[in-house]
Amino acid sequence: MDFRFTEEQEAFRQEFTSWLEQTLHEVREGDTPRSFESMVEWGEAARDFQKRLFEAGYAARHYPEEYGGQGRPTEEELIVSETMAAMCPEYRHPLVVTLGLVSPTILTCGTEEQKKKYLPKILDGTHVWCQGFSEPNAGSDIVNVSTRAVKKGDHFVLNGQKVWTSFAQMADYAVMVVRTNPDVPKHKGLSYLLMDMKAPGVEVRPIIQITGDQEFNEIFMDDVKVPIDMLVGEEGQGWMIAITTLMFERAMGDAMIANTQLKGIENMFAVAREVKRSGRPVIEDPRFRQELAQAWIETMVLKCHGYRNISQLLEGGVPGPEGSIGKLLWSETGQRTNEAVMHLQGPLSQVMKGSPWSVDEGRWQHSFLRSKGYTIEAGTSEIQRNIIGERVLGLPKDASRAQRA
Amino acid sequence: MKIKLNDDQVEIARQAQRFIENECPMEYVREMFEDPRGFTDDSWQKMVEMGWTAMLLPEAYGGLDMDLMDLCVIFEAMGSSVTPGPLFSTVLLAAETVKVAGDETQKGRYLTGIAEGKLRGTLALSEPDGGADLGYVRMEARAEGDRFFLNGTKLFVPDAHTADFLIVAARSGEGDDTGGGISLFILDSGLEGISTSLLPTMDSTRKLCAVELKDVSVRQEDMLGKQGQGWDYLQRSLRRAQVGLCAESVGGAERCMKIATEYAKERVQFDQPIGAFQAVKHRCSQMFLEVESARSLLYWAAWTQDHGDSKDATLSSSAAKVYCAENFKNVACAAIQVLAGTGFTWEHDLHFFLKRAKANEVMMGDAVYHREEIARIMEEEE
Repeated sequence: MDFRFTEEQEAFRQEFTSWLEQTLHEVREGDTPRSFESMVEWGEAARDFQKRLFEAGYAARHYPEEYGGQGRPTEEELIVSETMAAMCPEYRHPLVVTLGLVSPTILTCGTEEQKKKYLPKILDGTHVWCQGFSEPNAGSDIVNVSTRAVKKGDHFVLNGQKVWTSFAQMADYAVMVVRTNPDVPKHKGLSYLLMDMKAPGVEVRPIIQITGDQEFNEIFMDDVKVPIDMLVGEEGQGWMIAITTLMFERAMGDAMIANTQLKGIENMFAVAREVKRSGRPVIEDPRFRQELAQAWIETMVLKCHGYRNISQLLEGGVPGPEGSIGKLLWSETGQRTNEAVMHLQGPLSQVMKGSPWSVDEGRWQHSFLRSKGYTIEAGTSEIQRNIIGERVLGLPKDASRAQRA
Repeated sequence: MKIKLNDDQVEIARQAQRFIENECPMEYVREMFEDPRGFTDDSWQKMVEMGWTAMLLPEAYGGLDMDLMDLCVIFEAMGSSVTPGPLFSTVLLAAETVKVAGDETQKGRYLTGIAEGKLRGTLALSEPDGGADLGYVRMEARAEGDRFFLNGTKLFVPDAHTADFLIVAARSGEGDDTGGGISLFILDSGLEGISTSLLPTMDSTRKLCAVELKDVSVRQEDMLGKQGQGWDYLQRSLRRAQVGLCAESVGGAERCMKIATEYAKERVQFDQPIGAFQAVKHRCSQMFLEVESARSLLYWAAWTQDHGDSKDATLSSSAAKVYCAENFKNVACAAIQVLAGTGFTWEHDLHFFLKRAKANEVMMGDAVYHREEIARIMEEEE
């Protein structure tokens, strides 16, 4: 049992932290996270930041050098990710799909050509990717995907619609789960394709979400041609590729989110000093002190659990579906913490940004609303609990799903 | 970074599991639940032979010099069967306090005695008006000549009825805010003026006592550590005891989860195993989440006691105490719900786990106490 990083890794953390401090000083005014006028502007800022990371040698420390990485131990990548998560989550956010899901999939399952062609452009900030999984009739029931890809000569022709696709409006490429064979059981007829978002026939329509932001989109595909060399793995392997390659990134994601949330707790204490109740700062009120402490406890649980998963993976173990706990932990903890900060603020919790009465520039109001998506995106809590129940605990599937299989 | 049990710990866990299966079946737990003494000499002797009383003690006193994490592995196994007996009170309350506060003579006598299994001890700390506030000590230790006279009542003293010695926290001088002015005394439990009675607590697998001290006369040399420094010593040993309780809670919670999951696979209603229904399945998944996430926090807390600084040691033990106890209680309740009528019976074992979970919630500081500890430290940090 050892929760420490090595001395060499700690030295790397220091080096990276000072680089990050200086870089943040250049790109944003002050210590507070920057906000952006539009998603496109946000995307550009993230690309620019990724370019800086890449040039300084901090992009994908753990990737092989031939794909733009540094060939270093994975712990260094974890250090980069968790430091950024605490200090500047806003520069990572538009790239979470690209770096967290797309690049590891290409690295693990892509052909040599695909790796050489796409990975360096991801790591140096040139390309942003999005992930086309969900469809209007394939939400939690993701294997119900009906976007068709028909092979014609040296390319596939895609027709269909994706939805809830984050960052599609700024993406250069997409990974797509599509149906290449409608005549076999549902999950066996799926394939995994890379798609150029600028190809003719691709149309993106942003969806305005609960916060007023437009993180996600619909993508419509009308006879979009995708060259055959953009198939990842074999035809019919799409489902397996979509679910099996992401364990590590998921675990790393949990630890990263824990760091962002821990930073949030610090900020929560600051809010509790500022906001008053009966003329006194709420931090003096024992009821709110209990809530503050509880938020910290739950966030530390997330962090310890994330580390425990990563450590298992670093040793070459496979955590398997119990990784689903991480998703439940961060999403539900995140929601409860946001809820607690609303409690602290009392009636001020209604005031959005832009008023002299806004608390912390309305950040928590936005964050509270955004947190409602946590338990929906990346597999709803209900689906996570099915996965744990069936694949970890071995409980039987319910009748309707058992019949289908 | 390496967050998993090492090979030795895995082996310790295996042995502990085997011990529990052979020596502590649920029939024994049931018997001891009704038994006023609460354990058999045979069972205690076997624990001693396994080396469990010696694990955390220095080699100089016959100990094995192991880490708290090593012992936690055993407490997890004990939690999985609500094992009765005074191991927790002797090893984590008494021994750890003597280890940090005792002089050479005291350590030689008490620690060696504990390591060899010849002595059992406990800590008398809580008082009737203190509630769950661990630092609330008002018992008076009146100095007179070269002696102190102790007067007052201690509550919720684990296993005092079978302990050979007691460590008693009392006020020997000035300062009545939390912590300040507390001194520790180590005394033979048979001293004149000490009367011990069992409390009829919900969880009768771990006996708790009321201890009355009436003009109990102790010598200067029976003071444990320096006068007025008792709270400093206690903080360290209490943290370790809290973590031990967390290990027990995780073990207990895991057992409840397994009982419930197995039942959900077998029990058929509406022509299918009830575990196929999401209302039941999701409850079981939640149990898994609560068990495994508590274990992650437990590992951090246990490791930190031996390898972290004192601030992290306090934060982690308090966090784990809140989280593990609460999750144990939640999982025990959920398991009873899954087993429904069966889970509600005396005949089924689940109620022992619920009762232990309720005891663990309020033992060694409740959630309110520990959350306030955390808030205080975090507030200072800003």
